[in-house]
Amino acid sequence: MLSLEHIYKTYNRGTVNETPIFDDFNLTIEDEEFVTVVGSNGSGKTSLLNIICGSIDVDAGSTLINGVDITRMDDFKRYRKIGRVYQNPAMGTCSEMTILENLSMADNKGKPFNLTPGTDKRRIDFYRENLRHLGLGLEDKLNVTVGSLSGGQRQALALLMSTLTPIEFLILDEHTAALDPKTAETIMELTDKLVRGKGITTVMVTHNLRYATGYGNRLIMMHEGKIILDNKGDDKCKTSIEELLGIFNRISIECGN
Amino acid sequence: MDMLISILEQGLIFAIIAMGVYITYKILDFPDLSVDGTYPLGAAITATMIASGINPLLAMLAAIAAGAAAGLVTGLIHVKLKVRDLLSGIITMTALYSVNLHIAGKANLPIFNTTTIFNNGIVNTIFPAFLEPYKTLIIIFLVALAAKLLLDWYLKTKSGYLLRAVGDNPAVVTSLANDKGTIKIIGLMISNALVALAGSVMCQQQRFFEVQMGIGTIVIGLAAVIIGITLFRKLRRVKPTTAVAVGSILYKACVALAITYGLSATDMKLVTAVLFLLILVIAMERRSRRKKLA
Ligand SMILES: Nc1ncnc2c1ncn2[C@@H]1O[C@H](COP(=O)(O)OP(=O)(O)O)[C@@H](O)[C@H]1O
Ligand SMILES: [Mg+2]
Repeated sequence: MLSLEHIYKTYNRGTVNETPIFDDFNLTIEDEEFVTVVGSNGSGKTSLLNIICGSIDVDAGSTLINGVDITRMDDFKRYRKIGRVYQNPAMGTCSEMTILENLSMADNKGKPFNLTPGTDKRRIDFYRENLRHLGLGLEDKLNVTVGSLSGGQRQALALLMSTLTPIEFLILDEHTAALDPKTAETIMELTDKLVRGKGITTVMVTHNLRYATGYGNRLIMMHEGKIILDNKGDDKCKTSIEELLGIFNRISIECGN
Repeated sequence: MDMLISILEQGLIFAIIAMGVYITYKILDFPDLSVDGTYPLGAAITATMIASGINPLLAMLAAIAAGAAAGLVTGLIHVKLKVRDLLSGIITMTALYSVNLHIAGKANLPIFNTTTIFNNGIVNTIFPAFLEPYKTLIIIFLVALAAKLLLDWYLKTKSGYLLRAVGDNPAVVTSLANDKGTIKIIGLMISNALVALAGSVMCQQQRFFEVQMGIGTIVIGLAAVIIGITLFRKLRRVKPTTAVAVGSILYKACVALAITYGLSATDMKLVTAVLFLLILVIAMERRSRRKKLA
């Protein structure tokens, strides 16, 4: 279980660029929930994920994992339980290292990075098998540097890396946004398979309303740092793209656009 | 012939520096000026210990440890106190100038007629007479080779993978639940340990420590790295450690040629600076072209 309690956050406090974003923000995500998050640009979706992962500090309030307060915990320690994929495919992999080296590192997450060989040759078949499931032909490119792969291939690899070891939470920030429609579809199906197969609690930010409605079991819509729609279970299933579009339109009229 | 031997000797000693600079500049993307202080640090410790009759191998180990400690200081200043990378190195370098003077006790400490790795009971007996002129070169080569093989090995370990990852994409290190600051510090320690080792070897080869000997170390190291990496860019098979070693020898050869063709010692640093600027611009040119293609 993941909870954010009474979160307050203002960027650049006390300067001309002061941007208040969260004012008593609350959210609890139950185990094995797959939450899709939509909302216009600047509504605070990425900030929300950054707070969960500890990439930014909050002004007040607490973050809890399974009831344990982790508000002051360093970001890198939180990632023992968290996997994350970013919008930019370059963020999740090391471009000058090979696919095999990237996977070997990911495979070692949670264990010591000591002076034993970086790649365990006995694991290569396992990596190859996982790469084959991606269906992008990466299983034959183990020794290719990741920088020479396409965005879609890199993103698939990043997704695989972030879920290779057991994690409790998966954080996805528009992770299909930079991809062509077909690759985006592939990555989305893969995500769904991984999340459901491993029962990982997931938060997925997306601008694709079809993904937001078609995947997951809870849908949240954000606006100006607030949750303005939160549908679970049956309500979530019934939420339609048209309904979401309607809310988007209403908001933008209210904002005077 | 003497000149060739001298170039190779100098080039191979600086190859060890180049390997250290390769770690900071190329892997970590951290322009670390501490090396201008850790190179003479290695020399100061070695000269002082050898002068008081301590085994030269022990003196080399002490130099390596001191270099690592200096790298740790630079790393802590940068990571914990959040001082910019360039400035962190400058702070350590400046402090080491006094430290080195304190260690050696004076600005110039000769160690003639002492036991060194080049002059001791064992090497004096195993080297046949006809190899005598190459004795120093061979021993330097062995030390440089050991450093290269060790570094090659390290970069293939789990810890080495993380070091490469942190320069490549720190976000990956964080998502692997590791502290990127710690990894950077480890890199700086290894780098400066290598540079101090080079200082230790150099001081035994030239048979003295001199407090000014570190000036410009970073420039020579960087030049060697950039020449080596640029030359061997197309050849994936050549390990970067080999590439920077070749770069170092080439650089020393250029300098030696410039001197034989009448470059005065006064102009030395000026020419070095211009040469370095040239190398940098050429390397940048290539990099931006590569970016455009990508
Ligand atoms: N690091 C930052 N510094 C200052 N302002 C920021 C920072 N990150 C985000 N913001 C601001 O906070 C608001 C929410 O941003 P963000 O969380 O990225 O929104 P979203 O991901 O929903 O588009 C925006 O107005 C943005 O300009
Ligand atoms: Mg965003």
